[in-house]
Amino acid sequence: MAFENTIDVDTPVHDIRSEAIKVFEEQGFPTKKQEAWKYTSLNSILKHDYSVFPKEENALEYREVKKYFIHDIDTYNIVFIDGKYSSHLSQTTHDGIDVCLMSSALNKPKYRLIIENYFNKIATGDSLSALNTAFSSEGAYIHVPKNKLVEKPIQILHFSTGNESAVMLQPRNLVVIDENSHVQIIERHQSLTDNAVLTNSVTEIFAAKRAIVDYYKVQNDNENASLIDNTFIDQKQESNCSVHTFSFGGKITRNNLNFYQNGERIDSTLKGVTIIEDKQHVDHNTLVHHIEPNCESHQDYKGIFDDKATGVFNGKVVVEKEAQKTNAFQANNNILVSDKATINTKPQLEIFADDVKCSHGCTIGQLDESAMFYLRSRGIPEKEARALLMYAFANNVLESVKIPELKARINKLIAKKIGVNIGFEL
Amino acid sequence: MLEIKNLHASVEDKDILRGINLEVKPGEVHAIMGPNGSGKSTLASVVAGKEEYEVTKGNILLEGEDIDELSAEERAHKGVFMSFQYPVEIPGVTVTNFMKTAINETRKAQGLEDMPAKDMLKMIREKSEMLEIDRKFLSRSLNEGFSGGEKKRNEIFQMAMLEPKLAILDETDSGLDIDALRIVANGVNKLRSKDNAVVVITHYQRLLDYIVPDFVHVLFEGRIVKSGGKELAHELEEKGYDWIKEEVNA
Repeated sequence: MAFENTIDVDTPVHDIRSEAIKVFEEQGFPTKKQEAWKYTSLNSILKHDYSVFPKEENALEYREVKKYFIHDIDTYNIVFIDGKYSSHLSQTTHDGIDVCLMSSALNKPKYRLIIENYFNKIATGDSLSALNTAFSSEGAYIHVPKNKLVEKPIQILHFSTGNESAVMLQPRNLVVIDENSHVQIIERHQSLTDNAVLTNSVTEIFAAKRAIVDYYKVQNDNENASLIDNTFIDQKQESNCSVHTFSFGGKITRNNLNFYQNGERIDSTLKGVTIIEDKQHVDHNTLVHHIEPNCESHQDYKGIFDDKATGVFNGKVVVEKEAQKTNAFQANNNILVSDKATINTKPQLEIFADDVKCSHGCTIGQLDESAMFYLRSRGIPEKEARALLMYAFANNVLESVKIPELKARINKLIAKKIGVNIGFEL
Repeated sequence: MLEIKNLHASVEDKDILRGINLEVKPGEVHAIMGPNGSGKSTLASVVAGKEEYEVTKGNILLEGEDIDELSAEERAHKGVFMSFQYPVEIPGVTVTNFMKTAINETRKAQGLEDMPAKDMLKMIREKSEMLEIDRKFLSRSLNEGFSGGEKKRNEIFQMAMLEPKLAILDETDSGLDIDALRIVANGVNKLRSKDNAVVVITHYQRLLDYIVPDFVHVLFEGRIVKSGGKELAHELEEKGYDWIKEEVNA
């Protein structure tokens, strides 16, 4: 196959890739016949003839893309343009921690141990992750040794220039956070033209004992850009991991988010805000696997759907027999602004332990009329009151975002999305 | 200021108000008392413009202008304010942002520019001090997790900020301890002037020791069945509402 010429043949990953190709060849792309893909069809995005390895290197000036960065604070940046690393736009480091490229990690001996221990250890089983494993050539590599507080957030940005008519990108990230360390990561995919882009991303995160990982995904892409995000998180005892996903744009966005709790007293947080319109589609497919006792998980997903937008929430919580004293909470609340918008929401609880607290709830509705009257009686017109309530509904998830500048940015994006133009400052 | 003429209103085909007549002049304080279910809160909501209630007969005039067909926000822009018996919790919107929005939307409707941020802050500081409201409280989500007393104090804070012509206080005394009651009542009294009017809706006479009414009306089965001076409130407190019911039935 052609990519054998492009990708490292002699690395330890070679066998893994060969195996992944077999898995993908056997399974192919998922179809609606599969339960997990019942409400999301990839047909409309698979009809393009995607270029898998962009032919030319494209450059961007910082000023062209500055607005996609959280630029008002000091951060590490790992930036890719059409799947290729841009050293010009990146700020990596090897000073005490490694924030660098996946390709160098895969090729250099000093990273060999980490790669052998962690690469493709949890991103296995499904065909899209296998496809990524087979084809990916680049991504972010983050390794934080123990007892390090990484003060600067790390931004992973993928730009597609649209210089080719249709591009398929396969970014691959590996995040290994050792004992008692703390890291904050922001990931964003952005296409700069209306040409079709399909990104099939895989991120593996390993949080060791007492590690803290806060991961933020900003999904606000163009109407012809689609994203399949496959994120796998392995947590050890007393670690605390959170993933916030803000989905405001894109053609089809599918988030496969999987948490595995391999230790006691683990805390996992999964939160998301989806605000979409037109014919956009966002699908959150989550899994929290409670394996050991005394752990918690908190899921809170909010969605606002206008026009003919469609949403899916499929949240699975598995509590193994040994996982006594588990606290697992799941909430999925939705507002349908238009009567042509759709949300399919399905909580799935599989509980094998008997001493647990698990709750789940989903709501689909319109705005609270008593709240509307309250706001209007204070002189806030109907349209603004409606916007304000939607803003408040979504904004609520922002409380747990720990980077103030990111919080302010998301807040602005939400206000803009909803059309609230009142002098808000947070 | 406010004239209500033969007002009938219903909700879900159930008649609640059955011919209310009331005139409130500038500078006056009116108290509306009555047993539970007599229609007091409905009257407040109908005047404030709640859409669930249907006015089937009669008129509501504000400064001579018929406001029946106006939306709640349009009435607010004309100076109508209702302090809610059960203020709604709105997570995600802070008290300060809510107030800014309400004031600037009202100003916009009146053809004015936004209030300069400096003036807004000054006003917020003055009015919150008047009601002994902690500054931290202003950056909390509106009514979320507020105690009963905090909610009511916050209602009067909003009144102070919006400076309405007509304020209707719907059971503002319920859920207040004596200290909070005094603070709230002092706040209302400070806001009184010869140009505005207050309608106090209450079940008990207690609040009326602090906000002294010029007139007291007794509402029963959707009608005002008795009106008098402030001594009527004392009489009701002593004797309860049964004698009113007997009078009406006789």
